[in-house]
Amino acid sequence: MSETTDYCDEEFLIAAISGLLSTDDVRHVAVGAASPIPGAAALLARKMRGGMPRVSLIHGKATNPFTDGGREIFDAAGQGRIDVFFLGGVQIDGEANINLVGTGDYPKVDKRFPGSFGSAHMYFVVPKVILFRPEHSRRVFVPKVDFISAPGVSDPDVRRPGGPKYLVTELCIMAFDASRRRFRLESVTPGRTIEEVQDNTGFEFDVPENVAETSLPTPEQLALLRSTVGVEVADTYPGFAKDVLGVAA
Amino acid sequence: MTDYLNNVDALAAHVPDGALMALPPEYSFVPMELVRAIIRRGVKNLNILTVPINGLAADMLIGAGCVKRVECAAVSLGEAGSAPRFSKAVENGTIDIVDSTCPAVHSALQATEKGVPFMPLGGIIGSDILANRDDWKVVDDPLGQGNGKIVLIPAISPDIAIIHSPLADRDGNVWIGRRRELATIAHASKIVLVTVEHIQDESLLANEKTAAGVLPGFYVTALTEAQMGAKPLGLVEHYPADTDEIATYARAARDDDAFAAYMQRVVFGTQEAAE
Repeated sequence: MSETTDYCDEEFLIAAISGLLSTDDVRHVAVGAASPIPGAAALLARKMRGGMPRVSLIHGKATNPFTDGGREIFDAAGQGRIDVFFLGGVQIDGEANINLVGTGDYPKVDKRFPGSFGSAHMYFVVPKVILFRPEHSRRVFVPKVDFISAPGVSDPDVRRPGGPKYLVTELCIMAFDASRRRFRLESVTPGRTIEEVQDNTGFEFDVPENVAETSLPTPEQLALLRSTVGVEVADTYPGFAKDVLGVAA
Repeated sequence: MTDYLNNVDALAAHVPDGALMALPPEYSFVPMELVRAIIRRGVKNLNILTVPINGLAADMLIGAGCVKRVECAAVSLGEAGSAPRFSKAVENGTIDIVDSTCPAVHSALQATEKGVPFMPLGGIIGSDILANRDDWKVVDDPLGQGNGKIVLIPAISPDIAIIHSPLADRDGNVWIGRRRELATIAHASKIVLVTVEHIQDESLLANEKTAAGVLPGFYVTALTEAQMGAKPLGLVEHYPADTDEIATYARAARDDDAFAAYMQRVVFGTQEAAE
């Protein structure tokens, strides 16, 4: 195990996301399949906050509370019982539309990806959706997505208690303002620049006068990730816990 | 009464060309041995509904030329990556693709469970999923309670549901534990085909602990024993997924010849070798 002041990219992202889960409105975080970084971030936030938020990992066993079939997570979210969910995107545009289906003309796309999963519902009903896409490039952050799996904003005649709040990438954290249909740069990864973010983003976004650096993982966070929290991570994501956090299942 | 058959090939004989077949998700008791038997039978023009997602089974069926149309919220091999045969078939236009979203698939089956023609579902409006669904309809809140517009999802009744399970009894009762989506699928389907690891003499309904997780026999059309019947996928508390084998498949399926060789070995070789 390395010095606690050293950290890897994954640990940085885990800590960054964890910071977005530290407020009192975050009571229940649900994490979908194959999302070890958001899953670890939620478990870290829970440890740092002394047991809050509740964390439901849908591919866990004891960490998966759902007993009423695949529909339950969506029904619970539809009722407002889930406060935070994570979504990604093959493409994401400046209005926070996400594309999980493919690039090129639909349906015979140039490159097909798995599909929209539950995004077209969860994006509307979960109050704090965090978009997570480590790769920050113009390939991902496009002026307009080729296919809208789920739209970033809706007209007033559509019931929408939820939506995107943050975007987390390897370069930065952006906040989304639905009323302005725009992202705003919130913080930049230490060692990277605002210009670098702009150069690698295919849409326009707001840049405030003062942009902070994204916080680095603290020694306490790193210690927890590599011990007790890491063990919890290993329960659902054993490969990730072993390779990234050095914790055996 | 549930038919007790001698082997998976007899079970696969219940799947006609052109059937609408529902597949459970990767983590939920997928009957891979039966899927291999369906492929061996050379079934054509299947209409696949993933509930709400699937991976290995759908990808193999598509690659083997058994499938005409797929309705899905996603087809993915999970940690092993995209489903190569699915992606290629969509890109080449060799299958019809109907994109959905997870709760829409669940809702469509729940409508059938309840015997109603459709279910309303929140969200979806403004997506290109909806834009490509002539069968879904957006209406104003019909009760006038100020909830705005809402999407109506028509009921879906699969012709065939296929399920694997750890345990059945002699009355057709099948234990599904907390995998309740299997109950929803079975309730909504016309024919339910089940493989199980083991058949016990004592009724699963005689014990309240097992009874709570039972799909009752009156939904189950036919059943047979197939030990290790979910392999290479896992079966909770019985065996883990064989991630090496799934990765081997994922690599092979990227290439036409390698896929054909893989299927020859695993599907058309001796049945036991598939384990």
